[in-house]
Amino acid sequence: MQTKDKKEISRREFLKRLGLGGVVTTAALAGCAPRKGEDRPASVAEPDPAQMTYRVTPTTGDRVSLLGYGCMRWPQVDPRDRNSPMDQEQVNRLVDYAIEHGVNYFDTAPVYGRGLSERVTGNALKRHPREKFYIATKLSNTRDFSREAAMAMYRKSFEELQVDYIDYYLLHSIGGGEGIPTVRKRFFDNGMLDFLLEERKAGRIRNLGFSYHGDIRAFDYLLSLHDEIRWDFVQIQLNYVDWKHAAEQNSRNTNAEYLYAELSKRNIPSVIMEPLLGGRLASLNHHLTERMQRLRPEESIASWAFRFAGTPPQVLTVLSGMTYMEHLQDNLRTYSPLEPCTEEELVMLEDTAKLYLRYPLIKCTNCQYCMPCPYGLDIPGIFLHYNKCINEGNVSASSGDADYRRARRAFLVGYDRSVPKLRQAARCIGCGECVEHCPQSIKIPQQLQRIDAYVEALKQETEF
Amino acid sequence: MNIYRKCRTAVALLFFAALLLLFLDFSGVAHRFLGWLAAVQLLPAILAVNVGVVVALVLLTLIFGRLYCSVICPLGVMQDGFARLGLRSKKNRYAYSKPKTVLRVGVFVLFVVLLVGGVGSLFTLLAPYSAFGRIVTNLLQPIWMGVNNLLAAVAAHFDSYAFYAVEVWWRGAASLATALVTLVVVGWLAWRGGRTWCNTICPVGTLLGFISRFALLRPVIDTTKCNGCGRCARNCKSACIDPKHHTIDMSRCVVCFDCLDSCKQGAISYRRPKVQSAEVAEPVSEKRGGMSRRAFLAVTATLAATTAAEAKRQKVDGGLATILDKKAPHRQQPIVPAGALSLRHLTQHCTACQLCISACPNGVLRPAQGVMRLLQPEMGYERGYCRPECTRCADVCPTNAIQPITREEKSSTRIGRAVWVRENCLPATEGVQCDNCARHCPTGAIRMVEQAEGGRKIPAVDRMKCIGCGACEHLCPARPFSAIYVEGLDEHEQI
Repeated sequence: MQTKDKKEISRREFLKRLGLGGVVTTAALAGCAPRKGEDRPASVAEPDPAQMTYRVTPTTGDRVSLLGYGCMRWPQVDPRDRNSPMDQEQVNRLVDYAIEHGVNYFDTAPVYGRGLSERVTGNALKRHPREKFYIATKLSNTRDFSREAAMAMYRKSFEELQVDYIDYYLLHSIGGGEGIPTVRKRFFDNGMLDFLLEERKAGRIRNLGFSYHGDIRAFDYLLSLHDEIRWDFVQIQLNYVDWKHAAEQNSRNTNAEYLYAELSKRNIPSVIMEPLLGGRLASLNHHLTERMQRLRPEESIASWAFRFAGTPPQVLTVLSGMTYMEHLQDNLRTYSPLEPCTEEELVMLEDTAKLYLRYPLIKCTNCQYCMPCPYGLDIPGIFLHYNKCINEGNVSASSGDADYRRARRAFLVGYDRSVPKLRQAARCIGCGECVEHCPQSIKIPQQLQRIDAYVEALKQETEF
Repeated sequence: MNIYRKCRTAVALLFFAALLLLFLDFSGVAHRFLGWLAAVQLLPAILAVNVGVVVALVLLTLIFGRLYCSVICPLGVMQDGFARLGLRSKKNRYAYSKPKTVLRVGVFVLFVVLLVGGVGSLFTLLAPYSAFGRIVTNLLQPIWMGVNNLLAAVAAHFDSYAFYAVEVWWRGAASLATALVTLVVVGWLAWRGGRTWCNTICPVGTLLGFISRFALLRPVIDTTKCNGCGRCARNCKSACIDPKHHTIDMSRCVVCFDCLDSCKQGAISYRRPKVQSAEVAEPVSEKRGGMSRRAFLAVTATLAATTAAEAKRQKVDGGLATILDKKAPHRQQPIVPAGALSLRHLTQHCTACQLCISACPNGVLRPAQGVMRLLQPEMGYERGYCRPECTRCADVCPTNAIQPITREEKSSTRIGRAVWVRENCLPATEGVQCDNCARHCPTGAIRMVEQAEGGRKIPAVDRMKCIGCGACEHLCPARPFSAIYVEGLDEHEQI
């Protein structure tokens, strides 16, 4: 979710410094809005409530807004204190604003927000007519696999949410643990799946699905049962990096392209989580940012990721954990209405994904705790040069890049300028003395050797 | 100035400037366009058995005389420069002298014997093109690099990557001394007496002198016009015009065309001689032009001084561990570049022009110190190693002492083998994890193996895979002596 990532914090602080803060309310906006008839710049324009893009759930015919509200981390009364209660007032404002602007899908779970999310979400939603919103929650029985515990969890969701039916109910986090055996223990052996199917028949669950992370065999297994179970929807992780490169990020993950295709061929709609890859796709390096801004100067970097996630037609809704009004408004603008990515844009985003994966910035803050290296390396100097080259677009994704020659020269000449030859990455012997000193937990020897391998590729002009 | 002389001067300056650049350049760019200039030098062409070039040069000399010495030979053109400086102080300063045939032939025979007999590399001391190369490589290239480094510092200030700094280092005392002595001796002889060196010592001059006796075109004295003033002889830098007998010694004439201008009577012309007898001349003196190069040298010297100061300033380090300089291990067998085939082949074919040394971008090649291979290149890995992508020395060698080689061939040619020195090795002695040699070996010849007595893994070399590039030696953290070093091979081998 957006709000889980560290970068989100920096974004938040950025906003604070700008004086926008998290507390920009509808009222406040209306108050300082320019007189009618005056057009505002697109980047701050009021999202048009009539323009939200909707998708339809095939089995129930629900008309679901493409922007779904992830309720994983609502704003807290004291943002610095992780144990402070949720700011119900602010949650209400956000929910009101979202519903006013066409959002009707709210995704929560019994375990979210220290177990407080369902209650807070329910409190905000009950102020609206029940038919105005769809509520999604999950069976998060990841610890205790007993029927009793699962039943209690199921029942409790109704209480917390203060509803008498649940629109979208998910088997939470399929693919965790040992994969298929864990799925069987959680939902089959204890009869919970049969029970939930009965509940769907009874109308207390309108749509039944599951959310998937991890072991692909569990995903395939549940889909193989589709003829009996008839899944109404499935929640998957999808963004332009995970589309084709999921395993490069995390070896347990599977490409979203595959997941989406498997679902689509069974006519099962996909609910999308992690459209921003934990917030990381909201801010990219200078080179990638500039390329996007050249095409759409007034739109946020995050908007590209949302447009990507919303483009596949069988995507039902894209979840975003929006703690701040700023994010909510930005996302509303993106989807009111959705402008699907063009072929060229998809090619560009795929290229962006490759660059992003190949050259993630090294999180070095130049604190110098690792120094002095006993073998004389200038560790922060090497990392700073590398990061500078990434941000200036001087790290090439491929030796076939149009810009390769120039970037190569800038990287190599700049390297010798920033770090004397005797102190460069090639000198790292991997003794590991530095590792424990790094407060950022950077795997210093591995990173140095990775940079060294890149330098060698440049020097030897090997194709990559 | 007559048209011949104008053309000769212009072409000679072009050749000279291009060859100068060829030796100064360290980026490899100049060689791509100017490499042929080294290949058309007579001695390298002979050693490379470059029949086409040799035939062409012989024909050139048979038709025009020793134009080679006036235009193509950089040492010859350099001497003209010195002679011109000398002329400024004194006009009409030369005089006819009898050919020192015994000395000439004697030196020539000695040279041939040294060359053919393969007795060391002493013959290279006399080779004109190589002498020039050594002067530029040892004396001027460091200045050139210094200026470059200054520009690089300026470029860095403006975030430009147009220039990059290079390491300036003196490649060896013997080489430096030889270059300096050659410069002083040749320069002084030229300043004092024009082409004395070319017409007494230089073996190439002697060889071409034999041929140019039969030259088709030559300066001819028209005795009907000559008033016997002797002006031509007093301005002939080759001292080959005998005004009394109206003859010109074509074995020594370098067809500079100066005499054509010096004769007030217009008695000397460049043509086919009609009659055998009549050959006279009057020399010429010249004072104009030639300033720009001197000015250039003055400027470069100033810049070099500034650069040295700059380099000192940049050497300052902050809180970093000190790094000792590497010392060269004592090698039983010197290492020579892939393409040289063997030390023997290199020694026999190399004229020690040091073009390879000036071109080596990795600080690997340097002049050998021993008498037998004096000034010829050999390798050492204290400053860098023979990188897999580089074939620069083989590309530039005009004599095929280092034969052309592709990257792939080079990477499969064994020029040496790595030798492990347990007492310097960190994992073996200090129990520190290190696999830098194994990780950087381009052929995967080094493997980290368990020690029989336990402890950290130590490197083991697969001799059949090791090509002797020196990556292991150069990148070994042990200092000043590496824990793994390369021993040369007598004969290179393919793996």
